[in-house]
Order: sequence, then C-alpha cells, then structure tokens
Amino acid sequence: MFNALRKGFGLTGKTMFRRPVTTQYPEVKREPQPRFHGRHILNRYEDGLEKCIGCELCAWACPADAIYVQGADNTPEARYSPGERYGADYQINYLRCIFCGLCIEACPTRSLTMSHEYELASDSRESMIFTKDMLMAPLPAGAKPTPHTDAEVAARGLTYYPGPAAQRTIGGPPARAWHDPDDPATPEEAVGPATVKLGGGETEPPTHGEH
Amino acid sequence: MDLVDFTITSAVVIAGFALWLLSTAVFIWGERRIVAKMQSRIGPNRLGPFGILQTIADGAKLFFKEDIRPAGIDPVVYFIAPASSAIIAMLTIAVIPFGGTFEIGPVLDLPLLDPIDIGVREVSLQIWDPEIGMLWILAMGSVAVYGVTLGGWASGSKYSLLGGVRSTAQMISYELAMGLGLAAVFVWNGTLQSSAIVEAQSRLLELGPISLPTWNILPQLPAFALFFISAVAEAERPPFDLPEGEGELVGGFNTEYSGAKFAMFFLAEFMGVITMSAITVTLFLGGPAGPLFGLDGTFAGALLGLLYFAMKVFAFMFVFVWLRGTLPRMKYDRLMDMGWKVLLPIGLVWVMATAGIVVAQETVERGTVLRGVGLAVAVLLGIVLLLPLFERRRGVEPADGDVEGDVAASDDTLGDLRRVIDERTPDRVSVES
Repeated sequence: MFNALRKGFGLTGKTMFRRPVTTQYPEVKREPQPRFHGRHILNRYEDGLEKCIGCELCAWACPADAIYVQGADNTPEARYSPGERYGADYQINYLRCIFCGLCIEACPTRSLTMSHEYELASDSRESMIFTKDMLMAPLPAGAKPTPHTDAEVAARGLTYYPGPAAQRTIGGPPARAWHDPDDPATPEEAVGPATVKLGGGETEPPTHGEH
Repeated sequence: MDLVDFTITSAVVIAGFALWLLSTAVFIWGERRIVAKMQSRIGPNRLGPFGILQTIADGAKLFFKEDIRPAGIDPVVYFIAPASSAIIAMLTIAVIPFGGTFEIGPVLDLPLLDPIDIGVREVSLQIWDPEIGMLWILAMGSVAVYGVTLGGWASGSKYSLLGGVRSTAQMISYELAMGLGLAAVFVWNGTLQSSAIVEAQSRLLELGPISLPTWNILPQLPAFALFFISAVAEAERPPFDLPEGEGELVGGFNTEYSGAKFAMFFLAEFMGVITMSAITVTLFLGGPAGPLFGLDGTFAGALLGLLYFAMKVFAFMFVFVWLRGTLPRMKYDRLMDMGWKVLLPIGLVWVMATAGIVVAQETVERGTVLRGVGLAVAVLLGIVLLLPLFERRRGVEPADGDVEGDVAASDDTLGDLRRVIDERTPDRVSVES
C-alpha cells in the first residue's frame, strides 16, 4: 500500500515541476496534421481558371445536404473554367457540414479540397453559409481573375485535363484517342498550386470500351 | 465593555473575517493552478498576473447568472439551505486563534488626535475564545449537515433528496471519528479551550542539545491521522467528494441549485477546507506558535504568529489539493465501511489509550512510568522480532510491474500454468523470454 501511495503522490508531485503541455491557443496556433479536414477550398489552375465545372457531384455525395451548386455555361467571351460549364453559384452550409470529405472524393477535377482552416465560429446563421467568393482559392501569382476570353486561354496552350483522358485544349489540336502513348502529361504533373495532394492517387476518368 | 473594547473586538473580527475570505479566494485560485500543474496544464492565466483575479471573475459570473427555481420547491428552506451552509462555515472559524496576543496602552497616541488614556489592554487575535471552544467546532460541524440535507429535501427532486440523504450519512459517520480525534486531544491537554490547547503546545521540550516544540502531532499521531482523514471527508473533498456524485445522482444534493445559491454551497465547501485546515493546525501543530525572537507580547510578535499560522494552514491546504490531484473518488460503500468499521474503532481505542496514559502520568511516579514504557517497548520489540519465526511461509509480494520477478518468486501454480500455456501455444511469446 505504501509503495502505491509513494508512486501515486510521487507522480503528481513530480509533474508539478515539469513543463506544462498546454498550447496557449488564441496566441499560439499549431499546424494540424496533413490530412486534417478543415473548411473547403475551391482550387484554380495556374492561370487563374477555376477547376470547378459545376457538375454537382459534390452536392450529390454530401450526406448532410450541405452543398448547393448551380452550374452555368462558359461562353467564348466569359470563360471561368476549361470545358463547357463552370460553377456559377457555389455554397457550403457549415452548420450542416460534417467534414466527412465525401465531396472531395466525388470531385472529378480535384477542384474541391479541404484546407487547414478550422476557426469557423460565428454568431449568425447567415455567415455560416460560405459562398463561392469565400471558398475560392486565391489567385496564383501572375494570374488574371476570371472570366477570361477564349483567345487568351488558347494563347497559353495549357493542357487542363491531363492523363490518359487528355482532351484537346480550347482552340488547340484535335482531341486525341484514349490511352495516347505520346501524351506527355502525367497525373503527377496535374497537381495544381492550391491542391492538397491526398494519398490514393488522382481521380481517374472512366475508361469506356470502344463501341 | 466600553467603546475601546468594542473597537478592538470589531477590529479583530474584521481582521479574522478578511483573512479567512482572502484565504478562500487564494485557495480557489491556488487549487486550480496547482491541480493544473499536476496534470501538465497551466491553469487559469487570463485575468491578472498568473490568473489571480480568476476567482473574482468566477464569483461575479455566478452571482449574475440566471437563478432558476424549479416548481415544487419549498421556497423558504430552499433559500435557507445554501445560506446556512455558508454562515456555519463562517461561524466555525470564530474560535480559532489565528495570531498571537499583544498589549496596547496605557496611552494610545493616534495621529491627528489627542493621546487617549485607555489603560493596558490585551488583544488576542481570536474572534471568540469560549471555554467550550472545541465543542463549538463539533456543534457547528453537526449543524453544517443541515445545509446539505435541507438543500436536498427542499429541491423537491428525488435525485436531490437521495443525494442529500447520502451526504448526511457520510458526514455523520465521519463526524463521530472526528469527534473522537478531538476527544483524544481534549483528554491529552485537559482542556476544551482552543487558546489553552495552543498554549499547551507552545512550550519547548528540551532533549539534550535539541529542543522540540511540544506540538500534539507527536504524542497524538494516531489522533492526527484519524482527525485529518475525517476532516477530508467532512469537508467533502476528494477522494471523499461523494455528495456531488455526478456519476450516480446527477449532481447530488445541489442538482436543482443554480447561480448564487449554487455558489454559496461551493463557497461553503472551499471555506470548509480552510476551516478544517485551521482546526487541524490549532489542535496538532501548535496554531500560531513558533519562534518569536523576543517579540512576545508586541504587535510584531502577534503578526509573526499570524504568519506562522497562515503558513501552516496553507501547507495543509496544499495537502488537500494534492489529495485531490492524486486520488480517485472512493466508492460509497467503501467510504461508509472506512468510517464505521475502521476509523471509529481506532478512535475509541486511541481515546482510551490516551486516557490511560494521562492517568498514569498523573498518578504513578515517573520512574515506574518509564519502567513500564520500557517493558512495553521490549515486549513489542520481541513480538516483532520473533513473529517471522511463527509466520506461515507466503509468496513474496511482487514488485510493481515486474512480471518476471512475480513468476520467479512463486515457483508454484502460476509458473506451472504459464509453462502449460506456453507448451500448448508455441506461437505465444513467453513472458519469461
């Protein structure tokens, strides 16, 4: 019994003279773990075009119905994203979001990822609904804010959807066949500046058989 | 009693009250800081240096919180219960001498006023010094049970009622052991008056070159242990903080209390810790006694006594905090068992033994006492030395966390069993390897 008492009281007695492990939170902030699920971020390509194509897959995947997306068509004069459509309206309701990350799994263009921002407290319901301008990643250095014109985009000659399913860039050479062996773009290069690379590889487009 | 006496008494009352309120505030803050340190945390550090103003902020918050009064309460008793808890905690401290005595007069030379002839007056830093001193403490301890019981009953809730009854049972069972601890001191010092008990402990016992203070803790060690354990239970502090019983009884007797009334209950609890520490110090550690460096009877000497008293009380408060930081809450049945079956018999035996010693000291001459004590010690020593011969051989008590030693020491059933298991399951990694 006395040994147990000595050990027990000794432990608390010793701990008193150790350095506390407390983080003084509002003053000192620690970077969370790499795979931490913070609030979402809508990524861009290097030239400033949005990755979101307004496909609404994230909204469909969301178990809490927290995401609202309304897509719209790109026009030659006002282009927001490569391809046909872009996310015109994008809202995430953080009163409902459970930070499960299923929306990120669903996103075909890696547009939607999660950041490390976790300070989301607010005292009004309205401010907890994040709109597209709040979620959008900052512009990469030297990039121009959307919308761009097709002529500008074509001049850059960028490949926006690389990988085996690479398509022709807007105004570029014609579309190539599936599994083009000469395709220089590999999925690894496709990671944009604001994209957090998650484990498990990139999103592969469906490989259809030849009809 | 004239105006001067009245003024002196008022000053002492205010001083005692201020000291005691101040130590309550310091204790609430200090406990949070120290327990945090014991748990590798920092504790309150927002308000003031080292968070020292946290107590004030907490108090203000509690007093301005919405006061919820459930339907079906007994309004009068519901209000009286927390108030009585706090008031009784205050009354108990009145008989504790918290500093030395000093003389003033015959002429009081106040600044800006003419000198007043007041004659020689002795001031003692003690609010009230009745002949029955320690009985007052016991009486107040008994009345304190009412706060809990009535609070539980008046809430009109089954949980509160059960919590109140349970707390009452706990406090009564420890009251008895505590009373016996006190009784041993009464018998030993031959007085109930707290000032006399302090006086009896302020002498020095010359043992050749060293001189020891005649504090009661040395001759009355069992009574001290008994009293201190009971005091922890009486103050409803961990590991005996069962009246709260969040796990079983929602919140115990204070389930239906909120805001200022809840604060009153908790104020009483924290004040109880200080009261209990102060009583322990008075009874067993000489109260405000200590080396005075020839300042006896002066104001500085009295303040020095106050300093000694505060130091001793704060040391005990630290022990209370340390207990809280280390020990888990006890099970209720164990607590009752300990109160009734362990502490009470020990207390009875010890009071009887003390009485025997005191009677022997007073009636039998010194040489006989010494011979008797020597004989008793010799017999005890002989028993202790010869006991191993008659003891049945038992397995060696295993060292903590030392499985190998355990297996090696008991070369019997356990080892055999382990070997059998190892043979049957060859994949299992043997503990010995």
